[in-house]
Amino acid sequence: MLALHGVTKRFGDTVALDDVSLDVTAGRTTALIGPSGCGKSTVLRLLVGLVRPSDGEVMVGDVLVGRDTERAVRRTVGYVIQEGGLFPHMTARRNVTLAARHAGWTPERIGERLETLVALTSFPGDALDRYPLQLSGGQRQRLALMRGLMLDPDVLLLDEPFAALDPVVRHELQEELRAIFERLGKTVVLVTHDLAEASFLGHEIVLMDAGRIVQRGAFRDFVDAPATPFVTRFVRAQRAPWDAS
Amino acid sequence: MRGALLLAMLLAGGGAAVGGEEPLRVGSKKFTESVILGDTVKLLLESDGHRVEHKKQLGGSRILFDALESGEIDVYPEYTGTLLRELLADARLATWNDAKVHLRSRGIGVIGPLGFNNTYALGMKEKRAASLGIRMISDLREHAGLKLGFTNEFMQREDGWPGLRTRYDLPHEDARGMDHDMAYRGLGAGEVDVMDCYSTDAEIVHYGLRTLEDDLAYFPSYQAVLLYRVALETEAQGIVALLSQLAGRISADLMRRMNAGVKIERRAELAVAAELLEAATGVRPVEVIVATRAERVWRRTKEHLLMTAIALTAIILLGLLLGVAAAKVRWLAPPILGFVGLIWTVPALGLFYVMMPVVGLYEKAAITALLLYGLLPVVRNTQLGITTIAKPIMESAHVLGLSAWERLRRIELPLAAPSIFAGIKSAVVITVGTATIGAIIGAGGYGQPILTGIRRDDMAIVLEGLLPAMGMALVLLMLTDLVERLIVSPGLRLKADR
Repeated sequence: MLALHGVTKRFGDTVALDDVSLDVTAGRTTALIGPSGCGKSTVLRLLVGLVRPSDGEVMVGDVLVGRDTERAVRRTVGYVIQEGGLFPHMTARRNVTLAARHAGWTPERIGERLETLVALTSFPGDALDRYPLQLSGGQRQRLALMRGLMLDPDVLLLDEPFAALDPVVRHELQEELRAIFERLGKTVVLVTHDLAEASFLGHEIVLMDAGRIVQRGAFRDFVDAPATPFVTRFVRAQRAPWDAS
Repeated sequence: MRGALLLAMLLAGGGAAVGGEEPLRVGSKKFTESVILGDTVKLLLESDGHRVEHKKQLGGSRILFDALESGEIDVYPEYTGTLLRELLADARLATWNDAKVHLRSRGIGVIGPLGFNNTYALGMKEKRAASLGIRMISDLREHAGLKLGFTNEFMQREDGWPGLRTRYDLPHEDARGMDHDMAYRGLGAGEVDVMDCYSTDAEIVHYGLRTLEDDLAYFPSYQAVLLYRVALETEAQGIVALLSQLAGRISADLMRRMNAGVKIERRAELAVAAELLEAATGVRPVEVIVATRAERVWRRTKEHLLMTAIALTAIILLGLLLGVAAAKVRWLAPPILGFVGLIWTVPALGLFYVMMPVVGLYEKAAITALLLYGLLPVVRNTQLGITTIAKPIMESAHVLGLSAWERLRRIELPLAAPSIFAGIKSAVVITVGTATIGAIIGAGGYGQPILTGIRRDDMAIVLEGLLPAMGMALVLLMLTDLVERLIVSPGLRLKADR
């Protein structure tokens, strides 16, 4: 469904991705994980055409992502970024419906879709006419998710969607999100630096370091059969408090 | 923004409706005598049914001369000495007749002399002069003990005191330099016996001075004349004959009394000019309406508002355009910001002069200058407002598939709006204030009473321009605030509350 073929991305002298190839299976959730600066966010940004590869190809479905195709690609891809990237000058309702209005949907169709999404994400209906700054962190994240899902994309990309949330809200939202992913059956790519989150939400985990993919598989594979000493160190660094006892 | 445009069009339309046949344009320099003569010419022309516009106190000799030559004005009062020694100095003309031929070749005709010679003169208290029997400058030779008090300029100029002393072989050693007003006061107190003055100074009447006859014809002649565009002879027949009625009819004594009427008695120039016209030619002005204060302020308000509204509309439209261009096209930013920043450093007075060959005088020039000055805050704040939008927000806009135009319209401009409005408010204050300078190039507005008040040393008249200008700035700021409340999203004001 999504694919990187031999992709290298350089920012000036810095190599963000070094000859990375990755296939993401349709209908499944893939978690990209790794330390800061490992290149995981760059993968997402390549998939929506926010940055272009220095070398190699990026495919969404059977479309090669490039200058001519990026706007078409974006209609089939929902993207939810850290802190939401919400438009502070628009109410929640307008944030969610902007893309649909731009795409020329009828008001009825927009209304129906909005109702579905409010129900799906448990967003409080009376908060639809508030501005982002009047919403709680959890509500903002739900709002960003609704906006990403508005055009009913085949693919959903999430970049650290829980980073700004306090632990309780974060836990709740993770549960809800997993249920939502299961119900929708969309192809999901999630970027996180938290292994527990990755294993809870992802069918498959892809661990990256310094612009390369180090290991991919299920959570148990990382514990039982680490590919390199880095994997062991990474897993150990993420242990839960109760592991220590 | 739409409101401002509408207002500008309304005002522009209102101004144009008055139009019809082009009025004759009379100019005058920025001192009282010139303004009175300008008003006199205006009244004379009006008595014959012409429509006349008097562009008062346009500036100095050079500006008026250039304006006449380029056809911006049709007629203005000048002095022969100024022409020979300043304006035509490069042509090295020996006599006044040569000058007339030379002027004619440049399309400028001369009417006059009008009858008085406004040159340097030496003045003494009438009583003191009478008791000593002094009538002419030569008489001073016999009175070496007299105390002389001259302006610093007269002390230093080659054609001032040094030359005068040599020509008349005067024995006085200790002529002292002092301020003109101090000299008048010293004369009253008996500290000074002889001072320099201009032969038509209002103060000569006021202080009861006797001007000593220049019996050796030392001082150059500054005969008043009218200069006009030769083209008038064909364009508006009979005008030259009409104006020639003034030739030789205005004596130095008459002019002196008229100057005193304005400067000492504080009467309106137009009323004094009516008296002058009747005394000199017997022509009774059709109707002299000296505007009331309310009428004057209302007229200045319309002029000032027209200039300001047109300039601000252009500033906002062009400022947004340049600001957006500087924000969106990276290589355009340095030239655009550099250009508007550079203009900012040009002093307003100089800018008018530099632009004169291109845009001429009057409202068009004033509005162009205002536009150039007001651009910086709008351009800079628009550019800043757009480029400082948080990156995740702009990326979201991209990923939601918005076109470049939609991003600008729905995301970038609304988010930059608070910054843009701050820039517009700066532009409003700058424009209303700077527009007062427009008066020196005949664009009218609140600067006119300020200039007049300074010239006549009359605080009440200065305030007539100053206070409404401040009021207009405040009202326009309040209007901008109101528009800002309507346009800027409440979602952004929350941010300010936090």
